[in-house]
Amino acid sequence: MALSALSDWSPLRISLETSLVATLITLVVGVMAAAWRDRHTGLAMAFVDGVFLLPLVLPPTVVGFFLLLLFGRHGPIGRVLLRLGTTVVFSWPATVIAAAVVSFPLMYLTARAALQQVDHRYLEAARTLGATEWRVFREVALPLSWPGILAGTILSFARALGEFGATLMVAGNIPGRTATIPIAIYFAVEADDLSAAVAWCAIDLVISFALLGALYYWTHAQGRARWARR
Amino acid sequence: MTIEVEIAKKLPDFTLEVSFASGSEPLGILGPSGAGKTMLLRCIAGLECPDRGRIVLEGRTLFDSDRDVRVPARERRIGMLFQNYALFPHRTVEENIAFGIDGMPRDERAHCVNTWLRRTHAEGLRHRYPHEISGGEQQRAALARALSIDPDALLLDEPLSALDTHLRSQMEAQLQETFTAYRRPALLVTHNIEEAYRLGEKLLVLSHGHIAALGGKEEIFRRPPSLEVARLTGCKNLSRARVISEDTVEAIDWGCRLRLAAPLPPLTAHVGIRAHHIDFEETSGATARENVFPCRMVRSSETPFRVTLYLQLDRKSQDLNDDLSAGDLQAEVYKEKWQRFRDRPMPWHVRLSPEFLFPLPG
Repeated sequence: MALSALSDWSPLRISLETSLVATLITLVVGVMAAAWRDRHTGLAMAFVDGVFLLPLVLPPTVVGFFLLLLFGRHGPIGRVLLRLGTTVVFSWPATVIAAAVVSFPLMYLTARAALQQVDHRYLEAARTLGATEWRVFREVALPLSWPGILAGTILSFARALGEFGATLMVAGNIPGRTATIPIAIYFAVEADDLSAAVAWCAIDLVISFALLGALYYWTHAQGRARWARR
Repeated sequence: MTIEVEIAKKLPDFTLEVSFASGSEPLGILGPSGAGKTMLLRCIAGLECPDRGRIVLEGRTLFDSDRDVRVPARERRIGMLFQNYALFPHRTVEENIAFGIDGMPRDERAHCVNTWLRRTHAEGLRHRYPHEISGGEQQRAALARALSIDPDALLLDEPLSALDTHLRSQMEAQLQETFTAYRRPALLVTHNIEEAYRLGEKLLVLSHGHIAALGGKEEIFRRPPSLEVARLTGCKNLSRARVISEDTVEAIDWGCRLRLAAPLPPLTAHVGIRAHHIDFEETSGATARENVFPCRMVRSSETPFRVTLYLQLDRKSQDLNDDLSAGDLQAEVYKEKWQRFRDRPMPWHVRLSPEFLFPLPG
């Protein structure tokens, strides 16, 4: 069996940990950004949208390069971190940053779509009942857009799990620390270790199918069962 | 308790410009679709911002463009009943009602929810979700929710339009009960004339963003102040008029002379009479009597209990109405009455009673 070709299982652990943390960050930041964007209109917002969606259209290596410029020793964030006695480049947090940045647009887009389809009369009713904007968001908008946001979360997790280019640029390939599954696959092929590459591909296939199943379940079965419109 | 509203807001097709005050009796706001009724309510509730003006509720300034006062909707303490109820779909009826009073201590809040469930006869719906209950039940729950915050004013946007006839009369009774107990400003928007009349004590007729009439409902229906209001309050019979003497006009479109009981204002340009006020003379040879004219029925249209008759007056001259199928006059009579004279030979004789005819300025 191909799985026996794997002597080191750390890429699976690193991939799952990275994707999980990155997705949590994306979820919070993405939904907040979407909710904030929903209350603003104007030309400036078109620019904001462009910036938020850049990681979706740029090649991951370019995203990785920008992140290196930001977080590197001479970058604006990297210098601050250095003064605090730390650095993130070529360490595990860098894998999280790369995965979060590339998966952010997916979360942002689905969260916006989900928030926009909430009937604004519910929000207005909540306001006339004395609710603060935060409460309107937390107790009305969020619960009503939850199925869509969850679908976005699953998509983001899948994107984070598959992240390769940007991760390689900012986190490198340090076995046991920054080597995720995609990176392990690339270097296994590079080293002519085909059975290891096949094993990792099989594992990725299983995870991806599970995610697709979850996505289908949430968008179809769940979304329909609760609060079905009359 | 009073609410004073004096606002202007530019809308795509016209400018909403109104100024009125309303006390503790329910005010029916009547107008055709697109007259700005809903926008008016939304401005008062704080969901839309007027361009200028002011809104004062019981001494509290909610909006004043001169002093830059813009109280947000959540601080206005105005209960709003939305057209399609807008109950939160992810909360049970009980949780919906509790939403506005979450600052209360737990048992006080439970008590308040129970009170409103009882008063709106919705106790059985407590644990149901909005999609599990009927339109009328949703309406009750929404009413309970709006009243739970003990609002200083109540706004109702077409509260009965989405209900079928049976539920409508039930809900109407519920609203009447609520208004009786509430005794604070209540504004009720509707395009249904009967609904406005039955639920409002006073009436505001809105047309293209301006107030066409404001006052007691009987007065507005008996003596509409203008042609527009006569039409908007459902008057079917209107004719151009020329003043002949101090109590007589020539009805140009009907080709007849009419005596009116009310004194004619100097600028009388139209005369009108409501369809159900047109009477039929039983005896023939009544032509000589005042305001009685021979006529023929052109067409009739029946509802379960009443019938509308389209009548053409017999003219001396030949200048007949262009649209023969519409006739000159529409009369509405109960079917029992109609049975009595439907088989009589034409011409019939209609009587336009002087006390029911009203003059209208140009």
